[in-house]
Amino acid sequence: MRTARLRLVTVIIAALALVVPLTSVADAQSKGTIKIASQSPLSGGQAVLGEGIKLGAQLAVEKMKGNLEKMGYKVDFVPFDDQAKPDVGVANAKNIIADKDIMVVIGHLNSGVAIPSSEVYKEVTLAMISPANTNPVVTDRNYPNVNRVCGRDDVQGVVGAEFAHGTMKIKSAYIVHDKTQYGQSIAEFFKADAEKKGVKVVGFEGTEEKSNFDPLLTPIKAKNPDIIYFGGIYDQGAPFFKQAREKGIKAKFMGPDGMDSSDLTKIAGKAVVGMNYTSAAGPASALPKAKAFVDDYKKKFGKNPEPYAAEAYDATTIAIKAIEDVAKGGKMSREGVSTAIRKVKLSGITGDIAFDSRGDRQKAQYFVLTVASDNPEKWGDNKIVKQLTIAPPAAKK
Amino acid sequence: MDFDILIGIFPQVLLDGIILGFMYALIALGYTMVYGVLEFINFAHSEIFIIGAFVGVEILLSFKAAGWLDVLPWALVLFIVLIAGMVVSGTVAVVIERTAYRPLRHAPRLIPLISAIGVSFFLQDAIRLFESLWRNSFNLVYPTMDVLNHRFELTETIDISVKSLVVIVAALLMLWGLHSLVNRTKVGKAIRAVAEDQGAASLMGINVNRIISLTFLIGGAMGGGAGVLFGVQYSLINPYTGFIPGLKAFTAAVLGGIGNIPGAMLGGLVLGLLEAFAASYLSLLTGGAFGAEYKDIFAFSILILILIFRPKGLLGEIVRERA
Repeated sequence: MRTARLRLVTVIIAALALVVPLTSVADAQSKGTIKIASQSPLSGGQAVLGEGIKLGAQLAVEKMKGNLEKMGYKVDFVPFDDQAKPDVGVANAKNIIADKDIMVVIGHLNSGVAIPSSEVYKEVTLAMISPANTNPVVTDRNYPNVNRVCGRDDVQGVVGAEFAHGTMKIKSAYIVHDKTQYGQSIAEFFKADAEKKGVKVVGFEGTEEKSNFDPLLTPIKAKNPDIIYFGGIYDQGAPFFKQAREKGIKAKFMGPDGMDSSDLTKIAGKAVVGMNYTSAAGPASALPKAKAFVDDYKKKFGKNPEPYAAEAYDATTIAIKAIEDVAKGGKMSREGVSTAIRKVKLSGITGDIAFDSRGDRQKAQYFVLTVASDNPEKWGDNKIVKQLTIAPPAAKK
Repeated sequence: MDFDILIGIFPQVLLDGIILGFMYALIALGYTMVYGVLEFINFAHSEIFIIGAFVGVEILLSFKAAGWLDVLPWALVLFIVLIAGMVVSGTVAVVIERTAYRPLRHAPRLIPLISAIGVSFFLQDAIRLFESLWRNSFNLVYPTMDVLNHRFELTETIDISVKSLVVIVAALLMLWGLHSLVNRTKVGKAIRAVAEDQGAASLMGINVNRIISLTFLIGGAMGGGAGVLFGVQYSLINPYTGFIPGLKAFTAAVLGGIGNIPGAMLGGLVLGLLEAFAASYLSLLTGGAFGAEYKDIFAFSILILILIFRPKGLLGEIVRERA
């Protein structure tokens, strides 16, 4: 009897927990609620970066929402967890478009998640501003609602290959990728440009393996390349590089912006010190205008901003400015916000941002960095060895 | 495609495969022993395995924090960690059996299987919850012990690290211990009796429930030990890491003939070797047309072939006796 009642109470509480959040948003005061959503992995192996995106966006919403509130809107921030999985991202996207108050999405981390999810946003022309998706396809589809504040992999891969060939003077490369849309395509861009420059590519492998890289490393060791390029993300790249060093492979290491997380050194330690990686998002410490942001972030969340947190902050600022513009004009609509975003010109903490007709940043920055220390706390100290500002390549006809 | 490389890496690939194979073998024992006595697949075993790895990393990290890692002899540290991982995983396995399987023992076959899958999900997220609250991290890394990374260079392309030796030696000791326990002791005889016929065994005065618990304890301990070795060898673990090795070890158990202990060892080794050779050689042999990513397809195709011709597994019919 007792347990039966207990069970009943549990069921009622669970049912209430499901219903309450839905009902509580209905108390719009005057003009209604505007919600800004974020989608990034908040759980799983890439949560460190995803959390940074969420917190960057959250900080921007809290700082910038004043104007909209004066106009009589209630502004809410709603983070979603896409788990770095395309299916979860799409499922979330369907929930997002069903919530009419959501006017913009800040996200994602992974191009492989952003591309299918943005197909869903496009159904209702819901604007998406990506802080981190570098795959060319993201904007090459010419969708009116899809934008990004970071650079592109077809440039980033070339920047990497150029640095490897020109500065590091390597002659042979072994390329490994993670078989995702992001990792494989940047590896291919790196490979194509490296081969064009006369670098001998002695191997090109894809792997979904996450722990045991021995069988992959044995042929690499036998081929003894000058450099190993890993197109992928740190949660896979870090153990790969660590095991490579432990196996006595002496090649230099390189990777794309997916390596750009303090977890890389947390996992791989000494193995990755001195490794170079390219990035389409500079470290916050290198951005002159980001100091206030870094201080606020540290004060509020008690940790250093991860890469892309500043980009998420800028993306959110643009979104809020666009929403303000639409609000001044009168009727709030998702199409209106999407159109307004393309017109915003922002002098943001990551530099000047304006979008071209595809949604690419007109002048994106690219960096080559060197890992400075095996202490994850000092990830922000990584040295910029090269910095470039490059416009996106012309659209292919 | 150069011939020198193909020949040159052969011993190294063999070694990689053997290490991986021992790992699979140790995990496979848990599946096979439980199947032997209960004829049901304990799908939560992959989590029992990874719990061992988590116990190992927690102990090593706290040793490191206390500064003991540099003071204590490394063999002692590894021994402590290994035993702790085995004890915890074994205990967890027994508790799972008591709470999630025993009440369902006389239910239709499918019910405990579903319960096992549920336990597996529960444990994954319980570990994740615990580590998020305790260390606020998802990926955990085994602290580096320099002694373990020392490598003996045999030739230019072939070498073996201390930790690989540790894995091989520990795995051999564990397998030998289990083999003697099952075949040379009274308890082992009881386990074999229960596997053969529970009713008859209980008529002979064997406490069937206790023997089943013991089977879970031993299988879980082997899995936990494998977890620690996995962590030492590959260093990065997260709450979901156990799933794939678990699945492969289950396959190894089927390959060797499920329910059969030497079969699990053989199956593990065969699968480990197949995988290592496929991953290292596929792209070399096909000039890059089939890369290392096809290793599982290759390994599992061979598995299907073997099972077509020997449906009961490699050693399935020889030892296992059905009542």
